[in-house]
Amino acid sequence: MSDTVLEPTPADPVEYSPRAAVRARRRASVVELARHVRADRIALAGLIVLVAFIVMAVVAPLISPRAGLSAVDSIGNPAWARPSWDFPMGTDHLGRSVAAQFVWGARVSLFVGFAATILTVGIGSLVGIVSGFFGGWTDSVLMRLTDWFLVIPFLPLAIVLATILDRSLWNIVFVIGVTSWPSTARLVRAQVLTVKQRLYVDRARALGAGRTHIVRRHILPNVAPLILANVTLAVPISILTETTLAFLGLADPNQTSWGKTLEEAFGAGAISRNAWWYYLPAGLGIVAVVLAFTLFGRALEEILDPRLRRRSGGRR
Amino acid sequence: MSLLELRNLRVTYRSERGDVPAVRGVDLTIERGQTVGLAGESGCGKSTIAGAVLRLLPKDTLVEGSVLLDGEDVYAMKPGQLRAVRWSGAAIVFQGALHSLNPVRRIGGQIEEALLLHAVDLGLDRGQARRRVGELLERVGLRADRARSYPHQLSGGQRQRVLIAMALACEPDLLIADEPTTALDVMVQAQVLALLAELQLDRGLALLFITHDLSVLNSTCERLVVMYAGRVVEEGPSRELFADPRHPYGRALAQAFPTIGDPASRMHPSGLPGDPPDPAALPPGCPFHPRCDVAVDECSTVDVSLRDVSAGRRAACVHVEVTT
Amino acid sequence: MSDLLRWSDVHVTFPNGSRSGVVRAVDGVDLTVAAGEVLALVGESGCGKTTLIRSVLGLEPVASGSIDFDGEVVTGNRRALRSLRRQVQMIFQDPTGALNPRQTIYEAVAEGIRIHGVAGREVDLVAEALSRAGLRPAERYMPRYPHEVSGGQRQRVLIAGAMVLAPRLLLADEPVASLDASIRGEILALMRSLVDDTGISIVAVTHDLGLAWNIADRIAVMYLGRIVEIGDAEAVLADPQHPYTKALLSVVPEADRLEQQILVGETPDPAAIPSGCRFHPRCPLVASGEAERLGILDRCLGVDPALVGTDPGRAVACHQTVTRGVRHHA
Repeated sequence: MSDTVLEPTPADPVEYSPRAAVRARRRASVVELARHVRADRIALAGLIVLVAFIVMAVVAPLISPRAGLSAVDSIGNPAWARPSWDFPMGTDHLGRSVAAQFVWGARVSLFVGFAATILTVGIGSLVGIVSGFFGGWTDSVLMRLTDWFLVIPFLPLAIVLATILDRSLWNIVFVIGVTSWPSTARLVRAQVLTVKQRLYVDRARALGAGRTHIVRRHILPNVAPLILANVTLAVPISILTETTLAFLGLADPNQTSWGKTLEEAFGAGAISRNAWWYYLPAGLGIVAVVLAFTLFGRALEEILDPRLRRRSGGRR
Repeated sequence: MSLLELRNLRVTYRSERGDVPAVRGVDLTIERGQTVGLAGESGCGKSTIAGAVLRLLPKDTLVEGSVLLDGEDVYAMKPGQLRAVRWSGAAIVFQGALHSLNPVRRIGGQIEEALLLHAVDLGLDRGQARRRVGELLERVGLRADRARSYPHQLSGGQRQRVLIAMALACEPDLLIADEPTTALDVMVQAQVLALLAELQLDRGLALLFITHDLSVLNSTCERLVVMYAGRVVEEGPSRELFADPRHPYGRALAQAFPTIGDPASRMHPSGLPGDPPDPAALPPGCPFHPRCDVAVDECSTVDVSLRDVSAGRRAACVHVEVTT
Repeated sequence: MSDLLRWSDVHVTFPNGSRSGVVRAVDGVDLTVAAGEVLALVGESGCGKTTLIRSVLGLEPVASGSIDFDGEVVTGNRRALRSLRRQVQMIFQDPTGALNPRQTIYEAVAEGIRIHGVAGREVDLVAEALSRAGLRPAERYMPRYPHEVSGGQRQRVLIAGAMVLAPRLLLADEPVASLDASIRGEILALMRSLVDDTGISIVAVTHDLGLAWNIADRIAVMYLGRIVEIGDAEAVLADPQHPYTKALLSVVPEADRLEQQILVGETPDPAAIPSGCRFHPRCPLVASGEAERLGILDRCLGVDPALVGTDPGRAVACHQTVTRGVRHHA
């Protein structure tokens, strides 16, 4: 019985490419992901809305000339015009097209949302991984810093930073990024601490693996799903934050975002004039994008986390 | 009347990828006070049988055939009746003692809970229930004041004892022990086995003991039942079966743990090639034939049912002569 | 045979959580492993056997004493540790936990090759190791993930991942405890064949004396951080000297010939090692009054017995043996 083990090994050259196998595996998991999203109607709806807004933001210059945002170029237009053929979403108090503001606003809001998220998740993941993996003194220092950022009331800090810095788009991204990373850091650190305890990390150490190897090959791949799920939840938060800052008048004066549209509509008295076409598109746009991200993010989280997946399997 | 009787029991799990037959027609009888050992490896359906007896399987599981406890069909019982049976008719001790106990409650409270659920049947009030908890703990070899401990304050062996105390709370006639010693150390395993044997003797408890270690069963049970791929492949009195197994799988299990001092097994561990079959994709014919060292051509096409070997002994193998 | 590995008076201690004091997990072990032998390290959980083998690879801190491998001291020697981690490999009780769920079997086996930059075509090395470990055809297993194969196959993957580096010593922590009974023998047969074919040494930590009977050349019995009996496997199992070894052997389910001697009490606590002979609170000789009759009770309670040689290659740490030995010579 056991003698089968002792057979000499075949001498034929082995045709196996680990890279090709990994690529095939990746393709298969993308297909799997697509299958899950297709099966989950809510996630699918979220994804469609998202893609629609992203496409609109990308092609903004093609469907709506930037000139439409300029008050000087809109001098000939009627002010406070209701939606019409010429102005599908009406005009504002300066005669500018609200539709143009909506389209260009999506561009800025989404850009800030994604850019700030990259910064937030980047800082948060780095701090979380370093803190969780190295532990001890490094961990204490980084976690005190994280706590410090966590307890500072976010909005006042953001306002102070936005006031000190120039009012540019990049500074808004920077303000959101440096103020919202602590929760990601905490989350990632907790996950790193669990993964670090796993036996396969022990095995890698016993094999002689260095820290870089362990982090790259074992910690990161097992923390990545959490980070990815965190991204989809951080984007809507960043968009909302940008809206808040813009509404408070802290945005880049040269850029139209949905928050800025709301601020201007409010300042021009759109509400008392009952000019719903001025503020409603931006407001609904924010709600739609945030909701779409949250729904898609939740589905993604379920798909990436097998424990949650079982539950979703039952629901279908 | 037998205490427990399984008649052509079939259990099928429903899953996304289709139906998985876990138990495929098992007949099993346990008399009052009898100890029966159920052996087999993971996935053979032995734990499913434990769950099926007390209707503890997931709701959408398909259970066919009948489970008669004291002559009554468990699957025809009303919820109230079933609850009564679950503790006072038959009780289960699971493997993994840590997960079966609530970590944030004192163990005394957890045992008492079982008692109070059946307080009416047992005729107990709160004070009596509390005293009974102490008695039960002492019965399984723990100090009565252990009732105030939390699960994490106890060792693995002590927790297993607590679970046994809980199972005994309502004086069941049948105790089902599903791998009760797998996670335990040798010495603690011996302690738990000795406790079970002692309880069995002085309470006349019937015991269904489930594990993959045939040598443990041999030392604790009167009868052995060996399962493979959802079916019984061999059964008979322990000593006879263990000393002279007739099914090649029974033989492999009996030899899996060597007899220390036996020159045949010195430097010569014996095992089976291959792996237990996937219940969702069983090989045709006798499901054991791909791993069998005495398989003949016939085995890949004909699935042999249990044949009489001698009085009280049966095995499902073509090599067993059919006696008429 | 020459000594490949030697522990010299090794102590491993851990801080004791909330309480003061330390946990003496390994409490002064002298032990050697010869080239080409299988040594079974036997004892209950908490006796320090796993800590002892982990200390070789620097996975546990050695508080005092030293470990040498192939004549070179490796404790506190970072440079030696790296080459040691190529020559000494480890497999684990829980093969499922020891494999990264996001790595394919190929990657798991190739990991050691990549870390140590082993010469040769990686694919061929992996294929050979997998076939050697009984996973054939290797190509079929390479792209799979650990959850797609059985528990026994996972243990084979770990063995392949260790053997791909052509180590001289394999440390096996309860290699078959989590496997099904029918798989157990195959894995043990594989381990024994590795020793017989390639001449490596294996230290197998286990609580299963049957494993020792199946594959071990020598047995060391450990109790509360100390070796209490050591010797040739057949000799120790046929004629155990230490009362603890006797008790362990008596509770093996198939050992009908011995009267069961179930020790009372739980696995002892290495944070509170008893004075005198560390085994005396559970010792059947003390409990039955035998120790008193022999006139050794005072020493059992007050003197920590040393490991004393009885026969060539055999040593026992028990006052009774010493007394008997003295009588022999008198």
